Amino acid sequence: MSSARTLATAARVLRQLRHDPRSIALMLLVPCLMLFLLRYVFDGSPGTFDNIGASLLGIFPLITMFLVTSIATLRERTSGTLERLLAMPLGKADLIAGYALAFGLLAVVQSTLATGLAVWFLGLDVIGSPWLLLLVALLDALLGTALGLFVSAFAASEFQAVQFMPAVIFPQLLLCGLFTPRDRMAPALEAASDVLPMSYAVDGMNQVLRHPDATGDFIRDAVVVAGCALLVLGLGAATLRRRTA
Amino acid sequence: MMNYPADEAADKATNTATSTAAAEPAITAHALTTVRGDRTVLRGLDFTVPAGRITGLLGPSGCGKSTLMRAVVGTQAKVDGSLQVLGRPAGDPALRSRIGYVTQAPSVYDDLTVRQNLDYFAAVLLPGRALRHDRRTAVDRAIADVDLSSHADSLAGRLSGGQRSRVSLAVALLGTPELLVLDEPTVGLDPVLRRDLWNLFHQIAADRGTTLLVSSHVMDEAERCHRLLLMREGEILADDTPEALRRRNDTATVEEAFLRLVDAAAARAAHPRTTHEEPRS
Repeated sequence: MSSARTLATAARVLRQLRHDPRSIALMLLVPCLMLFLLRYVFDGSPGTFDNIGASLLGIFPLITMFLVTSIATLRERTSGTLERLLAMPLGKADLIAGYALAFGLLAVVQSTLATGLAVWFLGLDVIGSPWLLLLVALLDALLGTALGLFVSAFAASEFQAVQFMPAVIFPQLLLCGLFTPRDRMAPALEAASDVLPMSYAVDGMNQVLRHPDATGDFIRDAVVVAGCALLVLGLGAATLRRRTA
Repeated sequence: MMNYPADEAADKATNTATSTAAAEPAITAHALTTVRGDRTVLRGLDFTVPAGRITGLLGPSGCGKSTLMRAVVGTQAKVDGSLQVLGRPAGDPALRSRIGYVTQAPSVYDDLTVRQNLDYFAAVLLPGRALRHDRRTAVDRAIADVDLSSHADSLAGRLSGGQRSRVSLAVALLGTPELLVLDEPTVGLDPVLRRDLWNLFHQIAADRGTTLLVSSHVMDEAERCHRLLLMREGEILADDTPEALRRRNDTATVEEAFLRLVDAAAARAAHPRTTHEEPRS
C-alpha cells in the first residue's frame, strides 16, 4: 500500500465530483431539506423530532455514501478504468482507501451541515456533545461507502445498482429502531436487528442525544459500526480481481 | 502498390532491429490455451513476439485477439500453457509498471480533463512528491505524442471518439513502458490520424526501443508492421513478416495472403486426409 497513490486516488475522485456540481449540491442540501421538513412535520411534538432527527443524522450519510459509492465504483468497473488501474502498479487497498478518504471527506461536510442545522437552527435537543454526533455520522458514512463498494460488484448496470439501495438499506431502516423501539418488535425481528449495523448507528445517535458523556453503550455502538465498515471494505477489496474471465 | 510513408520508417527500424534481433523475444507463448465460459478462445498457441519491433495481431472480430492481449497483460483469468513476458510469467506484479495497455474501448475518466486523467495515471506509475517533475514531463510528452495539446484542458467526455481513444493511448505511453499492448488503437480514426499514429508507433519502436503488439481487423494496417501474427478462430494461421507472407502465398497484399490461408485451412478441415500430404510438399 502506498500513501501517495491513495492520496492521488482520493484527489482524483474529488476532482471528478468537482466537475459535477449538481451531485454535490444534492448530496449536501437534500439531508438539510429533509431535517427542515421533519422539524415542521412534528411541529406540535418536539420530543418526536429529537428522536427521529438524531437517528436521521446517522442514517443520511450512510444512504448517500452507499448510493454515491456503488454508482462510482460501478462506473469504474464498466468504463474499463478499473481493469486499467489493476494492470498498473496500484494496490487494491490504495484504490479502496482512496475512495473511502474522498467520500469520507464529503461525508464530514455533509454531516457538519446537517448536524449544525439541526442543533443550532431547528432546536434539536442534544444532551451530549455535537462532536460525538459528528463522529457517529462519519462512521456511518464509512459504512455506507463500504456497503456501496461491496454491492457494486454484484450489479451489472447502474439500474441494478440503484435497486440494491432498497434491498440493502430499507430492511435496516425498518429494523433499526427508527419507527418503533427494537425491544417491542417480534423476537425474530429483534434478533435480526441485533446483527444489522444500522441498528448500532441509530443507537449511537440516541446515546448522544440522552447522555452528557460517551457511555459504554456509545463506545460499543461506535466500535460495531467501525468494525462492520472495515469488514465490508475487506470484502469489497476481495471483489476487485486483477484477472477476470 | 501500397506506398505508405511509414514504409521507409519501417525499413529503417528493420535494419536497426536486425542487430538486436538476437536478443530474447519480448513475449514467448507455448501451448497457450484460454477458456471463457464453455468456449475455448485460444487453442494451444505457440508464438514469439520479437523485442523492439512492431508485431501486428490480425484477424476477424471474435477470433481471440483481445483475449490473447489480456493474457499477455495479465488480466485474463483461466490461462493455461506457458506465457513469458519480458522474461517473467505474464501477470507478474513486477511487470505492471513495464507494460502499457490500451483496451479496445477507451478507458479514461469522462468527467476529468485530458490533463487530469494523465496526471492521475502518472501519479499511480510515478508516485510521490519527489517525482513531481518527472510526472509533469511524462504527461506533457504523452499529450504531445498523441497530438492533443490543444485539447489538454477539455473534458474527456466532450471529445470525439477518436480523440478519446488517443487519450487512452496517451495513458499507456506514460512511464515509457518496455512493451505496449494496443487493442485496435486506430478503429474509427480518419486516414490522416491513422497514418500519424502509425508513424508514432514506428518512432516509439525506433527511438525508445519499445516492443509493440498492435491488433487490428483492418488488413491494410498489416503492411505497416514488422511482423504479423494472423489469427482465426483461436488459432494462429501465420507468423511471419508481411513481405514473406506475400511472397510465400504469391499475392500482392497481406489481405489476399490471409484469405488464401483461410481457404487452405478450411479445405484441410473439410478433407482431413490432405493434411497428411501438406507437410511433405
